[in-house]
This record gives sequence, C-alpha cells and structure tokens, in this order.
Amino acid sequence: MPVYGGANGQGFWLRLMQRIHVDIPLLSGLLLLSLAGLVVLYSAGGQSLEVLGRQLVRLGLAFTVMIVLAQIHPQHLQRWAPLMFSIGVALLVAVLLVGDVGKGAQRWLELGAFRFQPSEMMRIAVPMMVAWYLAERNLPPHPLRLLAAAALTIVPAAMIAKQPDLGTSLLIASSGVFVLFLAGMRWRHIAVVGGLIGGFIPIAWSMMHDYQRQRVLTFLDPESDPLGSGYHIIQSKIAIGSGGLYGKGWLNGTQSYLDFIPERSTDFIFAVLSEEFGLIGIVVVLSIYLFIVMRGLFIASQAHDTFTRLLAGSLILTFSVYVFVNIGMVTALLPVVGVPLPLISYGGTSMVTVMASFGILMSIHTHRKLVPT
Amino acid sequence: MARPLLKDYFRESKILNNRIIVASVIIVILTFAVISRLFYLQILSHDHYTTLSQENRVTLVPIPPQRGVIYDRNGIVLAQDAPAFSVEVTPDKIENIDVMLQALGEVVSLSDREIKRFRRELKQKRRFEAVPLRFNLNDEEMARFAVNRYRFPGVEIKARMVRHYPLGELGVHALGYVGRINEAEQKKLDTNYSGTTHIGKLGIEKAYESVLHGTVGVEQVETTAQGDAMRVLGHVLPVAGKDLYLTLDINLQAVAEGALGGKRGAVVAINPKNGEILAFVSRPGYDPNLFVNGISYEDYDALQTSLDKPLINRVLQGQYPPGSTVKPFYALAGLEYNKITPGETVSCRGYFQLPGLAHRYRDWKKEGHGAVNLDTAVAQSCDVYFYTLAQTLGIDAMATFMAQFGLGKKTGIDVPGEMMGVMPSSAWKRKVLKQPWYGGETLIAGIGQGYVLTTPLQLAAITATLANHGFQMRPHLLRGTHDLGSATMMAQKPVVSKRVPVANGANWDAVINSMVSVVHSPRGTAYGIGVKSPYKIAGKTGTAQVASIKQGERYKESETPERLRDHALFVAFAPVEDPQIAIAVIIENGGHGSSAAAPVARTVMDYYLRDLVEAAHNKQSAAIPSPVSVKAPATVPVPVMPPSTRPPVTSGSSL
Repeated sequence: MPVYGGANGQGFWLRLMQRIHVDIPLLSGLLLLSLAGLVVLYSAGGQSLEVLGRQLVRLGLAFTVMIVLAQIHPQHLQRWAPLMFSIGVALLVAVLLVGDVGKGAQRWLELGAFRFQPSEMMRIAVPMMVAWYLAERNLPPHPLRLLAAAALTIVPAAMIAKQPDLGTSLLIASSGVFVLFLAGMRWRHIAVVGGLIGGFIPIAWSMMHDYQRQRVLTFLDPESDPLGSGYHIIQSKIAIGSGGLYGKGWLNGTQSYLDFIPERSTDFIFAVLSEEFGLIGIVVVLSIYLFIVMRGLFIASQAHDTFTRLLAGSLILTFSVYVFVNIGMVTALLPVVGVPLPLISYGGTSMVTVMASFGILMSIHTHRKLVPT
Repeated sequence: MARPLLKDYFRESKILNNRIIVASVIIVILTFAVISRLFYLQILSHDHYTTLSQENRVTLVPIPPQRGVIYDRNGIVLAQDAPAFSVEVTPDKIENIDVMLQALGEVVSLSDREIKRFRRELKQKRRFEAVPLRFNLNDEEMARFAVNRYRFPGVEIKARMVRHYPLGELGVHALGYVGRINEAEQKKLDTNYSGTTHIGKLGIEKAYESVLHGTVGVEQVETTAQGDAMRVLGHVLPVAGKDLYLTLDINLQAVAEGALGGKRGAVVAINPKNGEILAFVSRPGYDPNLFVNGISYEDYDALQTSLDKPLINRVLQGQYPPGSTVKPFYALAGLEYNKITPGETVSCRGYFQLPGLAHRYRDWKKEGHGAVNLDTAVAQSCDVYFYTLAQTLGIDAMATFMAQFGLGKKTGIDVPGEMMGVMPSSAWKRKVLKQPWYGGETLIAGIGQGYVLTTPLQLAAITATLANHGFQMRPHLLRGTHDLGSATMMAQKPVVSKRVPVANGANWDAVINSMVSVVHSPRGTAYGIGVKSPYKIAGKTGTAQVASIKQGERYKESETPERLRDHALFVAFAPVEDPQIAIAVIIENGGHGSSAAAPVARTVMDYYLRDLVEAAHNKQSAAIPSPVSVKAPATVPVPVMPPSTRPPVTSGSSL
C-alpha cells in the first residue's frame, strides 16, 4: 500500500477512503458530474430550489447506495447472482400480472408505501448472471454456452419491452451482450448475431406499439410532423444549434425557459446544457464522462478474476451506452427512446441503479482477491 | 468454488484486455462522432438555428392605431372611438362550456344568435385564445357580472375601442359607418391592418379610410411555447389616424331632417362659393351603430325590406326626373344660343302641338298662361313656353348645354357610390336604347321629364353653379384634416371644375331674375315662401311625374295612391345678391314642389341665414311673427359647441 506524505489530514482522508472501499478518481469524476448536473438542473427546473433539493436528496441516497455496495465483496455478488436473477425474473412476471400503470406503461410494483421498479434491479442482475454463467468455464465460451447466455439476456429484456419500456429493455440487452463481447465471443459470431438482428427488425416493427413506431418514423424525418411528434426533436435541435460555441449563458436559454424544450429537466436536459453553455460546456461534460468510462474500463482490466472483469466491463460499457443513447436522441442521431442522461437528468430510480453499478465497480477495484483453497 | 477445472487466467485476461481496448477505441470514436454532430449543429448551423430560436421567442403583436375622429364644420363630434365592454371566454380555463353558458346567461343576457356565433368562433381558435361572447355590455350587466365574477373563472370583461356615432341616424348617409373587416376585404389589406378589426364600409368612413386609419404599431413580446406573453422587448407606437372636419353643419342637417318630417326624400345644401356641402339629407335613415359589430339578421331584414328603403342614399343614388326645376337652365341655353330674348313672348293656350300632329302636349294649367315672356314663363312654370323653346333648340343643343352644367355626369363628390343621372340626346338614345329620337321626346325633355334623370346632389350642384354665374365648384364633404397634437387644420382647397361658357353676362341676370320672380312675384309658383322673406331668394319649383297620365285624363292627387303621386321638387339659392347657400329638395310622392318642397328649403335657408333673419326681425320690430319657425327636431338633440371650445381652424371662411 502506497504511503502518501504530506499533512496528516490528507493522509487521514485517503486512509478513510481506502477503508470504505472508495475509488477516489471515480468518486471525483462522479461528484464533478453531479455538480455540473445540479447547475444545469437549476436552470432547466425553472430555478426551483425545491427541484434542486429533491435532486440533492436523490444524489445523497444514490451515493449512499454506492458506498454500501462498495463494501460488499465481489465474491458474495458472484454467489448471489443466480438468486438475484431469479427473484428479478419473478418480479417481472408479477409486474406484468399485477403491475401499476404509470405514464401509459406498466413498470411499477406497489409494495405497501414503497414503489419498486423490478426492471431497474435487472439492469444489474442480468450482467451479473451472464458473467456468473460464463465465468464458470474457460473463455472464450463455447457457442452453445453463448446461446444459453444470450437466452439469459433476451428473456428479461423481452419482458421489459412488453411493459413497455423500450429504453431499459435495450440497455439490459446490451449489458448482457457486453458480457458476451468481453468474454471473447468470436467476431464471426458477432457478425452472425448482427445479421440476425438485422433480420429481426421487420419482426420487431410488427410487434411495436404505435407510439414506438411513431418515434422511429419521426426520428427518420422529424420535419414531416413539425407540430406533432417531430416537435420535440426540432425544438431540441434549435436549442442546441442556437447555443453556438459559447452558449447563451446560464439561465439565459430562451428555448428552455420559454418552454420550447420538452421534458427539459429530464430526458432532454442535454439540450438545455447545449443551449446555455454551448459547445465548450458540452466538451467539458463529455470529458468528465469519458474520464469516468475510461476509469471504469481500467478497473475492469485490473480486476482479479473473470467474473469481476466481465461484470465491471459490462457495467461501465452500459453506462457509456446510456450517455450515447441520450445524446444521440437529443441531437436527432437516434430515435427518442426515453433514456435519461445519467447523473444530470432529474429523476430517481435510474440514478440509484447507476450509482449502485459504480459501487460494484469500486468494490471490485478495492477488495483483495480471496485466494481459493 | 468446487470446480475441478483449472482456469487459464493468463489467456482469459489477454482476451478481456483486448476486448477492453477495442471497446475504448469504439468509445473514443463515438465521442468524436457526437462532438462532430454538435459541431455541425452549434457551429456550422448556428445562424440557422439562432434565427429559428429568435422566431420562436419573439412574437410581434400589432397595436392598432386609434381611428381619427370625425367632426362637423363647427367641431361637433359625429364619429369617435369609444371604449365598449365585452365578455370574453378563454376555453382552456373552462371545465364545461355548456354549464358556464347556462349560468352566465342568468347574469348577462345572451341571445341564441350570440351563442351560435360564439360556438362557431370557438372551433376556429386555439384553446388558450380568448373568444368574445357578448359585445356592448350595459352598466347593469357590468355590475351584475362584477358581483358574480368568482363563479366564472376564465370569463373576463375586456374593454375594446369601438366606433360610436353619438348622433345616431343624423347625417348617416354622408358619414357612412365602419363594420368588421370581411374576408374579401381582408385579402386586399396589407400588414398595416394587422391589428385592426373594423374598416370604413360606406360614406366618409369609406372614402377617407386611409386618412382615418393611421399606422399600425407593433409590440415585440417574448412568448412561451404555450403563447403566454412573458415580457415586452420593445415597441413601435402606432400613429393615430387624422381627424376629419366635414363641411356639414350638423345643426343645419338636423333642421333639414326635421323639416322633412316623416317624409321620404332628400335635401342637399351647398355653399356655392366653394362647393362645401352644408347639409346632406336622405330620409329615412338608420342608426349606423347597428352595423359596427355586425347587424342582427332581424334588424337588417327590417331595413332591407322596408318600402321606405332607408338604406338607399337618395342624395347620391336617387335618380329623379327634375321636372320644371331645369327650366331656368333651358332658358339660359335659349338666350346663349340666341334662340330667344328675355322680352320675346309666347302665347300659351294650355297645350302645344307639333306641326301636323294631333297629339296635345298639355300645360299644367289647362286654361293656359296667355302671353308669357321668359320671366313670367319661369315664374309661373309655363310648360308651353318651354315646349316651344325645346322645339326651337332641339334635343342635341339642349343636351350639349346641360352637359356643361354637369347633368348626366358625376359631380365628383368625395364619397363613393354616386350615380350619373341621364341627360338624353339623339346619340344617347341610339347608343343606349338602340332607337331613333322622336320629336315629341324633345318636348318632354324640355320640361324635365321623360328620359331626363338627376340626383338631388346634381340638382343642388347645378343650382350652385347658376348662383355662381357659371363657376363650378366641385361639391365635397371634407373641409380639412387635423393631425393629433397639431394645432392647425390642413384645409382642403376648393376645386373649380370649370366655368360654364356664357358669352353675355346679362343672360345670367335674366335667368336669375326670373327665378327671383318664382319666389317673390305674386304670381310666382313659390310665392308662399317668398312673401315675407327677409332676404331675396331665387328658386324654381318642380313636380316630377311618377305615373303616366293618359291623353285627356286629369291627374288628381287625392285620387292617386300615395306611392304613385308626383315627387315634389324645389331648387333655390339665397341671398340673390351674394349667394351663400344653394339648395335642392326632393320629397318623394310629396305632390307639388310649391306646397311641399319649397317650405322645407325656406326652413333650411332661414336657419343658415339666421343672422339676416334676426337683423330683419329687429329692424321690423317684434310685431311681425316669423313665417317659419326655426328649430331643430325634438327627437335629435344636437349639442352646439360654444365658440370658445371649438378646435382651432386656421383657414375658416376663406375656403
């Protein structure tokens, strides 16, 4: 263990962080991002201190969850993976049968006063399960095991798609696929799967809900319905484009406070950031994201065993998918799929899940391997 | 773990690290892809999106200008914008429109028609836009609504500027009115009307629309996506329309309308010196206020189907045979073309026959007038004298001469809708009726009947020209305009059209003297109004036939249905020495000009020349009562502005 010189206070904090299994670079990146998020949210939320306060409470909760999870030894996670996955699938079945309908989608389970979204739990349980399954044998996995692992991914993803929650479903599917990818799935197999997905598109189209199809159509040609479903995208592009290099300045985004940007404190908060802080602000925020992702990949590469490597890699890659999908959607590169911008968007459950995955990353990085006997 | 298999950790970590490197590269590439997308949006397309954002943000709200006030020549207000209160409903804020209408109907009166119009407009507007429900609330309704206001969220009282005609019917045919801009008008209007809801439809309001309207202002308002105004970023103030001063003397107008009583007809009074129209009466009239916010179907139907035709502007559009009122002009033509001399006599036996024909052209006096010269022929309105003159002149010479006065042509008055009338000639008849001219028609035209048609305005205008010894002043209603905040009035210059060429100036006097005889000679047809007049009047009576009378039959007024009775006409000017007023009076189906129309003219002239009347009155002592009482009709009280409050008028009587 390195010994840092300097003031005792500094040394004390470092020792405390190590003691509670916190990775300081990752924590710094996350805190910086949350701070930037609060600045943007203050403007996007109409300068409401109440909104800011609630977001602070959520952040506190999320960071607490992260630190708690960081204390759990990865081997325990590996041991619990099958159980967590089974419980998660059972809850998904329960949601489909008796779930609460919120915003036109059936995602919630009412447990007394507590509302619970099982799909959030699955975002961690699926990569854990797939990593557990593939870590049992030598890598690269046999094609048959690949198929079985794919099934472990697709079944819960399909159930979540049915709720319907296309965004989460895609993210869960990708978290499973990332484990396969990291486990050394052969490139030609990847090519075959890619081809199959291509062939699956027409079938998926026929199974989609009308509003989901509309989103895809609008994405392909937003100008076709400027006052209807294309409105969000057009207004979002106007906000971003009018921001320019330097932005209109904090609290001065006209598209934002005159209410032209839809969902401006949640899914479309990136448009507010772009309008008020311009390209420079975006580059700063993207750099923080890039730093966090790179640190995450570093942690994965440094992990001591196959399960933790696969899990860490999958979690951090899924996090980066979040960021790219959200920005892609707001800048009209991707269809609107309703994915928040992690740690910046206003909103609860997904933030806790994201921070839980960082807790796992920290745990993987800071716990010593228990040598099997 | 109880796995017997030994794992190849080295190989596994190599696979994994390779894959992590691949993933890192992909993430870096994606990051640059996102940044280039943002570079495209924020740097390359920045100007485009800045424009769009600005268009989103700023709404230009037009501020309508205030319409100019219309005054009479003495500064009495004839038309003015006044605040009126209306009930407006914002549908967004109403839970149940039907329940609201039901409840509101108990507070302010709502007709089915209003509700129907409201529902129609409701469908055309967006949910958050206010829709007017009721216009012109009275004080009681305002008070009742104020008390019940809490019951009606989303229902508001708004003040709007609405055109108001304080004198109602008085002068309506000259003034016209404004009404809501209709679709056809909307297409022709430019952005200057973007905030304007009403436009001049008739009369002065239409003719001087561009002067009265003013220039629209604009307010730049920052607006949310929902259309709520946040703040005003800037504005350009509207420029109010100019005020108009009319040539009308609204008190004189009231006297003239009163003198007509309930009869149908027209009175036009002109200042012969400059063509200013002093009175412009067409009766019956209507209340222009009815039209401002859309007249109800019932009201319009009543006006439209009335036999009295109140919507017709008789002054401009009523075309009547002038009858004997044109005789002095023919006499002047005879003198000018050297066909007659003032002293030459014609023997009147009560009828005239064309050579070789049996048909008798009757004189109105069956027994005849005996030997008549120009003066007595005009004074007694001898038809035979003028049959003879017409026969001598021929129709084309008559037409040429009368056309110089302006018969068969528009006078060029500054309000729209004027009719031309007809002064027939042989060429006219060939062209219009495709028939040859018959000799007998010349005789009929010679007493102002047959094809000859004139509007009351034309009669007044030619009388004014006669009074002016041939100088034609274009009749007009606008005296001047007045900029808001400016102390002076921009006066309209009188327009001299041209002078009727008369070689011998004595001819004017001969004809005018014969018209003086009409009023002041004991045998004159209008001696009734001249006998006690304190000033000298030149006039001519006329009677225009409505139904034709067969040969040998006699016209008896009492036996003829009212609407087939003759029209009574009278033209005059006074004082003869220095003409200040020229007047034409037509009373539809009024009978004789002498008995029905002349007294109306005298009443109007007495009021206008009241200084002369009073001077004469004082001189002759109070013992002699005034022959005609001068008073405004009781139904239309007209405020006369005291001289001290009159607005400054720079070029007054010199006009």
